[in-house]
Amino acid sequence: MLEVRGVSIGFGGLCALDNVSLAVEAGGITALIGPNGAGKTTLFGVVSGFLAPDSGSVRLFGNDATGVAPHRLCRLGLARTFQIVRPFAAQTVRENIAVGSHLARASRREALAHAEGVAARVGLAPLLDMPAGALTVAGRKRLELARALATGPRLLLLDEVLAGLNPREISGVLPVVRGIRDSGVTVLMIEHVMQAVMSLAERVLVLNEGRLIAEGTPAQVAADERVIEAYLGRRAARAVHA
Amino acid sequence: MRELAAIAAFALAVALLPVFVASGFLLNLAIMVLYTTLLGQAWNLLAGFGGQYSFGHALFFGTGAYASAALQVHLGLNAWLALPVAVALGAAAGLLVGALSFRYGLRGSYFALVTLAFAEVFRILANSVAFTGGGVGLLLPLKESAADMQFAGKAGFLHLILALVLAGFLVSWWLKRSRFGAWLAAVRDGEDSAAALGVDVFRVKLAAIAMSAALMAAGGVFYVQYFHYIDPHIAYGPAVSVEALLGPIVGGLGTVFGPLLGAAVLQLLGEATRNLAGDVPGLSLVVYGLALVGMVMFLPRGLAGLFGRGEPARSA
Repeated sequence: MLEVRGVSIGFGGLCALDNVSLAVEAGGITALIGPNGAGKTTLFGVVSGFLAPDSGSVRLFGNDATGVAPHRLCRLGLARTFQIVRPFAAQTVRENIAVGSHLARASRREALAHAEGVAARVGLAPLLDMPAGALTVAGRKRLELARALATGPRLLLLDEVLAGLNPREISGVLPVVRGIRDSGVTVLMIEHVMQAVMSLAERVLVLNEGRLIAEGTPAQVAADERVIEAYLGRRAARAVHA
Repeated sequence: MRELAAIAAFALAVALLPVFVASGFLLNLAIMVLYTTLLGQAWNLLAGFGGQYSFGHALFFGTGAYASAALQVHLGLNAWLALPVAVALGAAAGLLVGALSFRYGLRGSYFALVTLAFAEVFRILANSVAFTGGGVGLLLPLKESAADMQFAGKAGFLHLILALVLAGFLVSWWLKRSRFGAWLAAVRDGEDSAAALGVDVFRVKLAAIAMSAALMAAGGVFYVQYFHYIDPHIAYGPAVSVEALLGPIVGGLGTVFGPLLGAAVLQLLGEATRNLAGDVPGLSLVVYGLALVGMVMFLPRGLAGLFGRGEPARSA
């Protein structure tokens, strides 16, 4: 479904991604984890067309997608959310979601109706007529999710949808993500909340300093020395293993 | 539907105005309000609905005005035939400026400055080439007949500008309930988010500036027909650009009726200050300026913000 081959990208001497190769198969939830600054969001940027890699290639649904514009990738069936949520603040929740719905629907009425259905899937149904700017952080995260979902993606990239949420809010969003997976959408998510990674993901990819350092099931990755070292530092990692 | 009914009622009332009002002064005032409304609608289309703040809409106004005047003066073309050509050329100017500035991602004040620069370049060009008449300008030959778009009385001009304003109303109304309008609002409120949701940001902005420029060019055509004269300063000077943006800002950005409200208030305010402070030179402009500052300070969503709810707030 998604295949990243040898992607490198640098920003003025800083190598954000260094020869990263990975693949995501159709179905299920894959988590992309790693310490801050590991290059996770940069990788999302490359995959979703916002950043052009210096070298390497991206294949999406069997097509070459390297350097293809974001709106074209969206039409192919890729949707993403942003870590820093950016709702169309002046518009209502319904109007926000309808922008995504319009991808496949020219009629305003159909798009608005479709938006209602999507809102129900992410638990925003009671807030449809609220201006997006008035939503709480949790509400905005759900809205970000809903907008992306409204484009009818085959592959959904979620950039820290749980960040900034309290435990109760997190447990409210987890079933939403599971529901999306169960509806047949492949999910690749960047996540720092390990509890969520453990309970949601079937597969985990670990980035550190621009390199893919491990991949496997959550249990495998959690036991991986390089992963522990990346998170805790070498000395602490040794202490854990001792 | 309610908006459409309001537009229809407004059109009917204005269309019947000459039946009840004989005063040339009042009819001229109505014409100037509608003319300012048209310029405001054009600017509002791009800035209010699309978030791209142009400071050089004179470029499109002047292109429309000169195209219409030159076609009539040099080629003897009928004014009604010159109208669509002028509007098309205005749209083409919009596409040119849009393609150049949006391709390179110019936003905010950079876009405003580039549009201003384009208008100034055209002002200088118009001053130095022959077919614009240079600094002397172009004088439309007098042919007082509706067939030449030079009406004998004010009523004809009132109906002409009303028709153009109606076109502006319908475009704004359509933007509120169409996919293109939703895309344009999404681009205004967040380009990256819009792109991630499948919106072709570049093309949406191009279409918006083309439509905006076309309406503005129609304003230029009307100006030439009404005043029979155009010169580089009137056509491409910053005064028209400012005139186009004041109305919507005062009336309500990104709203259907904002440009009309703003134009009416500004024209009436202009008349009132001229009458009240007529003897002291410049005082009228001071009062006018103070009133503007007050409105922008206390009505951040424009006059339309007093009535409507759910209209977008100003975000720049």
